[in-house]
Amino acid sequence: MANTLAAATRRVLGSRRRGRGAAEVAGAVDAGDAALVADLVEAIGDDRVRADTAARYLASRDASIYREGNAGPVCYPGSTSDVAACVKVAIRHGRAVSPRGAGTGLAGGAAPLGQPVVLSMTRMDKLLEVDLDNGVAWVQPGMVNLDLSRALAPHGVHYAPDPSSQAVCTIGGNLANNSGGPHCLAYGVTSAHVVAVEVVLSDGSVVTLGDVTAEPAGYDLRGAFVGSEGMCGIATAVAVRLTRNPPAVCTMLLCFEDVSDAAATVSAIIAAGIVPAAIEMMDQRCVRAIEDFAQAGYPEDAAAVLLVEVDGPSGGVAIASERVDGIARRNQAISVRIAADEDERARLWKGRKSAFGAVANVMPDYYLHDTVVPRTRLVEVLERIYEIVDRHDLLVLNVFHAGDGNLHPILAYDSRVPGTDERVQAAGREIIEMSLDMGGALTGEHGIGVEKREYMNRMFTEVDLDQQSRLRASFDPYCRMNPGKVLPSAHSCSDIGALRAADAAGVWG
Amino acid sequence: MADFDEALAAFAAEVGPDGPVCVRGGGTRWHLGGEAAPGTREVQAPAGVVAFEPAEMTVRVRAGTPVAELHAELTTAGQRTALPERAGGTVGGALMAGESSIARLGLGSVREALLQARYVCADGRIASAGAATVKNVSGFDLCRLLVGSLGTLGLVGEALLRTVPVGETERWVRLAGAEAGAVRSCHTAASVLWDGTDVWTLLSGYEVDVDEDRGRLAALCDCEDVDGPPELPPHRWACTPAEAAAFDARNGAAGPFVAEIGVGVVHASEPQPSRSVEPGVVELNRRFKERFDPTGRLNPGRDPLRKP
Repeated sequence: MANTLAAATRRVLGSRRRGRGAAEVAGAVDAGDAALVADLVEAIGDDRVRADTAARYLASRDASIYREGNAGPVCYPGSTSDVAACVKVAIRHGRAVSPRGAGTGLAGGAAPLGQPVVLSMTRMDKLLEVDLDNGVAWVQPGMVNLDLSRALAPHGVHYAPDPSSQAVCTIGGNLANNSGGPHCLAYGVTSAHVVAVEVVLSDGSVVTLGDVTAEPAGYDLRGAFVGSEGMCGIATAVAVRLTRNPPAVCTMLLCFEDVSDAAATVSAIIAAGIVPAAIEMMDQRCVRAIEDFAQAGYPEDAAAVLLVEVDGPSGGVAIASERVDGIARRNQAISVRIAADEDERARLWKGRKSAFGAVANVMPDYYLHDTVVPRTRLVEVLERIYEIVDRHDLLVLNVFHAGDGNLHPILAYDSRVPGTDERVQAAGREIIEMSLDMGGALTGEHGIGVEKREYMNRMFTEVDLDQQSRLRASFDPYCRMNPGKVLPSAHSCSDIGALRAADAAGVWG
Repeated sequence: MADFDEALAAFAAEVGPDGPVCVRGGGTRWHLGGEAAPGTREVQAPAGVVAFEPAEMTVRVRAGTPVAELHAELTTAGQRTALPERAGGTVGGALMAGESSIARLGLGSVREALLQARYVCADGRIASAGAATVKNVSGFDLCRLLVGSLGTLGLVGEALLRTVPVGETERWVRLAGAEAGAVRSCHTAASVLWDGTDVWTLLSGYEVDVDEDRGRLAALCDCEDVDGPPELPPHRWACTPAEAAAFDARNGAAGPFVAEIGVGVVHASEPQPSRSVEPGVVELNRRFKERFDPTGRLNPGRDPLRKP
């Protein structure tokens, strides 16, 4: 499979120029990196390597508030063999490698630490094969999530995980973070939708983890790789599961005068044995921001709204939506609206998916959190969040995957006001710790990255973290892949050694 | 961090820090991936349902609990898990074998069922992986690694499993002389089995949808309601869904068979010829075993690469 894919990739990408020296690569080169850049150019061509300040600056951040990333030369590989070649060059020069997709990550997972060679996977964005007989599609990691579902639409199938950033985020980034999305309530997160991955390991070798068979031989290396945040190797082709489009869909907007009634409705729906495709919750401040921004038709007087979608065969959809309606009314819903057609359904979802953009109308900055709590404890958790945020004199907009207890409190603020950043950090810390105290998890879909690295000790014992470290080291014994993430510093094997003392002043001036 | 649990601590003490040890569940898949090496001490995981939370759709259960016993308790709330029920088979055994039930289309795969595990490591200490919520990213995904590992990386003592709702109506139907793809249009099909001649399907869901699918099938071919699936031949072959749907071409080597359509498992009369595995995957398997169990004391003699 690996060879077939590599060949397919080469066909897609065609030939390329080689031969110009490092000095001709656009922009200035950090003097210490000249030999490295020359070797990278030699390996994959001068149009695929950049070492100028602008390229490195862009590759130093993701969408998190983390600002300490520091990229070395940036490569734009076009094929599996390009990736393998870059990894081999980096190793020869004693440098780490950090892959990145669209840079939409919210936990700093794609922020390169210690000036590694950065591999930007965005040029490997092709759909390689749709295999309907086996219910999978092979895609390159740089393919945008929504582009994949659009390409699959003519076949009556889709790719189920749908993060809010799906219009820009890539399949490779989704794989690295085990990303979710509203429809993961019924369909499961990325791990349930990846059946195989072609990977370049830290020694430059290429291996395919998992396969299209029902139960691949050996350990579930595919499962161990998904969600490893670029620290176990670099995915160069991904076989994703195709999900049949449901014959019927019913999208409902349930409105409540009280947040706790909305939260109680969520628990009651699940307890009734109904697993909707999605249950999303938005509180009043969020609804108002969305209405200002996207005019989705949400009622601004409601304290909270639930966007509930049930899908499946039409008879069951009718029954389930009627039951959801009844549960909502028994929990004091003030209105229940059912999308009459595809346009109305699209508008309701547009509101939900534009929530993060809408925050820009409220405050210039926001910090989007991501924790999970038992879904039966949503009422008390939300009360605690409002209390914490009030105490720190901040604004919070709540928009989240209520059905699986995955919270996304958005702290909106203006960082120009002195002392605000500290209050935002303090409130965020309390929200994370409160979530863990409620029996929850550190993150539902955004990953650990650097943001939550030091919280891992709060959730796991030394023994637990040692086991995680063994998983990572089995893939990458020398910790050369995206070092410094996920595991707290004491557990990141030789990560420290892989982090080249960053010559930040010389780079950024 | 998980609370102290006496049963788990006793299990860890029994496993101890050294000497070859294997864990016995119901013994239903005892020969999977090789025989226990001679002189290996047998231990058993603790049993019992610790906490079933229907509104959370999770259950915390000790690994030695028979799956059938667990499901009997979950059924009271209209739920079950993706784990297959075999006579006497335990939760730990089902997780370590990693083989899905024949209703995988409806219930999902075993590897997705495990949310959190507490297990005894090679050094005898207790580790925890995953988290107690239905959705969680908690660092590297040890839970996925443990499922199907035949107890060669750690010995699971307790599992938090995802539950799924049981369909309001469940009905087995046999379609005489039907093609493997005959049930493709039925969205309520939780299992589709084909022996090269007939198709059996489990329709599961709301009664109205099941009846509609039943009607659709009746219009297509000769179909009758039956009590359950056909008897499954003893050997399990793993193949692609496309290979399963075209299986009769390979009938010579397999003997009479029942193929799981849409999944890619074939139950055959003869064992599956050994599968070729690429050298890079073999090497990674070796490295995992070495890192997690440096002295090779956990379930010696067994190797997931030798699973059919």
